Amino acid sequence: MAIVRMQKLGIAANKKHRKAILETLQGLGAMEIFTDQIDEEDLRVMDTMSQRTQFQKEAEAFDKVLKLLDRYAPKAKTKSLNLTGREIITSEQFRDAETHREEYINDAKAILKGDKQISECEGYIVKDQNTIASLEPWMKLDIPMNLTETKKTEILLGTLPDPITEEMLYAAATRDMESPAVMTQVLSSESGQTCIAALVHKKDAAKVEENLRLIGFAKPAMLVSRTPAEEKSRLERDMAEQKKIIEDTKETIASYGDRREYYKISADYFRTRAEKYRILGTIPQSEHVFFLEGWVTCDMSDRISRLLTEQFGAYVEKEETKETDDEPTVLHNNSFSSNAEGILASYGLPRHGKVDPTFLMSIFYVFFFGMMLSDGGYGIVMAVGCAILIKKFPRMEEGMSKMIHLFFWCGISTAFWGFMYGGFFGDAIDTIAHTFFGVPEDQKVLKALWFEPVNEPMRLLLWCLLFGNIHLLTGLGIKGYQCLKDKDTEAFICDVLSWYLFVVGLILVIIPTDLFAGIAGAKVIFPGWLVVLSRAMAIVGAVIILLFGERGKKNWALRIAMGAYDLYGITSWLSDALSYSRLLALGLATGVIASVINLIASMGGRSVVGVIMFIIVFILGHTLNIAINALGAYVHTNRLQYVEFFGKFYDGGGRAFVPFKQANRYIQVKEEERL
Amino acid sequence: MSLGMVFALTGAVLSTAMAGIGSAWGVGRAGQAAAGVVAEDPDSFARVLLLQLLPGTQGIYGLLVTFITLSRIGILGGTPVTDTHTGLLYLLACLPIAVVGLVSAYHQGMCSVASIGLVAKKPDQFGRAMIFPAMVETYAILALLISILCITNIG
Repeated sequence: MAIVRMQKLGIAANKKHRKAILETLQGLGAMEIFTDQIDEEDLRVMDTMSQRTQFQKEAEAFDKVLKLLDRYAPKAKTKSLNLTGREIITSEQFRDAETHREEYINDAKAILKGDKQISECEGYIVKDQNTIASLEPWMKLDIPMNLTETKKTEILLGTLPDPITEEMLYAAATRDMESPAVMTQVLSSESGQTCIAALVHKKDAAKVEENLRLIGFAKPAMLVSRTPAEEKSRLERDMAEQKKIIEDTKETIASYGDRREYYKISADYFRTRAEKYRILGTIPQSEHVFFLEGWVTCDMSDRISRLLTEQFGAYVEKEETKETDDEPTVLHNNSFSSNAEGILASYGLPRHGKVDPTFLMSIFYVFFFGMMLSDGGYGIVMAVGCAILIKKFPRMEEGMSKMIHLFFWCGISTAFWGFMYGGFFGDAIDTIAHTFFGVPEDQKVLKALWFEPVNEPMRLLLWCLLFGNIHLLTGLGIKGYQCLKDKDTEAFICDVLSWYLFVVGLILVIIPTDLFAGIAGAKVIFPGWLVVLSRAMAIVGAVIILLFGERGKKNWALRIAMGAYDLYGITSWLSDALSYSRLLALGLATGVIASVINLIASMGGRSVVGVIMFIIVFILGHTLNIAINALGAYVHTNRLQYVEFFGKFYDGGGRAFVPFKQANRYIQVKEEERL
Repeated sequence: MSLGMVFALTGAVLSTAMAGIGSAWGVGRAGQAAAGVVAEDPDSFARVLLLQLLPGTQGIYGLLVTFITLSRIGILGGTPVTDTHTGLLYLLACLPIAVVGLVSAYHQGMCSVASIGLVAKKPDQFGRAMIFPAMVETYAILALLISILCITNIG
């Protein structure tokens, strides 16, 4: 349970070893490089921006290629990397990919070009479909649409807003005309658009067009040089062609599928190089020498400095840590508690010089999670499920692995509390015994080891408040430990000890009262000395808080007023403690809903249909209940840690350690131990 | 004839109905936001789904109280309520989870929407994003507790 001590190293070496040293450090992945800029005329930093961008682009191209291959050649698809972990490849494979990288870049270009072609073709197809749809109303027309005149006649094509019959159209077109030479035709009629054609002798053309305009005639937006039917079949042929191209291109892309492994290596190769150039762009260099600074963990510092000195003749200096240094945080915990580091990290890592609460938190975490889910069957399902995942995917990604290990322990704790409360898939054992084996209703088969919360909720509530107060006092205790570590005895007495006295004293004062007896259902009688002691503790604690809670204030009146306000903070302690009633509420929720599921499942009675129905409802219902209650337990356990526990002492604010390493997403190069 | 049973059953029904309405409301709102995020970033599905589910618990608490009530008023067990007085007691006992469930699930849904937005922008903040809706749920849990304590101590 500790924060690992860090050492700052300063390195100076000959520039000819620059590449080798950077690659060695990157391979080790144990140093966070952060070089202070030295204001010296002879020292320059290289501008590596363009190379870096170039490499990043290559890496992204390969990422995209891999996605495309997953789509078009789905055989041996990339599995969830979180679970399976990165693929292990040998260093020969890596070097092989490195030498052929130009070839793979060309492959990637071809694949991306193919993808672009596919989207272009798809665009054409959509366009063709739209054109066909807009041609549909003109299908009856058997002349090219852009034909406007013959030798003696003019052709008027267009749309009207309202439906119209042939006769009405003719009448409207020839209004106020004597012996008109006009032929009209309604081509199609839909709501909002009626397509018509008119063949008119040239001498009448102007008049007819004017007549038609009166009823809303408008020329069409699109005119094609073929008859609509011809145009439609041309477009259909075009669509078929585009589809063919798409199919061919897809096949071409899929044919690259078996080189997928090399593209993975290439993607990571370029990403790693981009990362190297990022670092290269931050280090100051003179004509012959370059400088590096960075953080390593203390136990690595000797190995790294020896390696660099012996292999590359570098000068390595262990620098003193300054107050202003932004030292990164690495946590080191035992194999059980380290699983909860992710939970801590998502609140915020501790700063150096502060306490790492992971160990204590992990114990409470597992304990409270179990109380909330509290079902023997669910706990076993969870623990077994996690164990299978751990066995099946031994190389899963670290954060994921820790989470699953944590849930394994939570599952064990859940099973423990389940048997304490007498819950195994709710009251499944009793329901089965009563329904199918004829055990009398009033006979309990699975008895609780402790007691059943449904029957005695008040009793469990008191226990929850007790556990809550222990949790809160532990938090306050860590604050006290921190004060003592910082040699701030004043703060320890006034801010921590005073509250301990006050809270513990108050609790002891309340226990023998009638109020408590009413809740607990039993009167507790303390011996006289304990009564006196508890009152003394509460009063001493309260007085210290009142007088010294706000030590910084000079004005005594103000100081006492503020002290009184601090004392009022006991209400927030009360609300924090009551917050632990969720341990009871969520525990009850799991048990009661599980019983409801069993009740519904057993409604089929003692018959074959009844058994089948029981199994189906049982499986579906309990799966749902596990999922929803595990989520609730997870969220609310986190909340108890973050809000109630951390609220007492912890503010995070540490910075995660980000070592300079290979930026591998898909692969892990298996290398001989270098040190 | 007394109205005891009518009142008791009204209470039982209200806790599932009102808390359920609240949860449906909250989960619905959060679901819309979640779908929007997944459209942009399909990998965030698991995270936003968890956030969407958070306001769903009130409905379950309501169901829980209904079930405990039914098992005590002679519908799924227990002794039938014969006097109006006891019936009204059951009705009152159901009200905390019914009312608080409705309102808190709605507001928790709003919080979930905001947290889903947060996770969309900063996926690494999931741990904290989850806490904001959970803060609202505290009051539903307190209401659930009071409802259960009341019901189990009537009669």
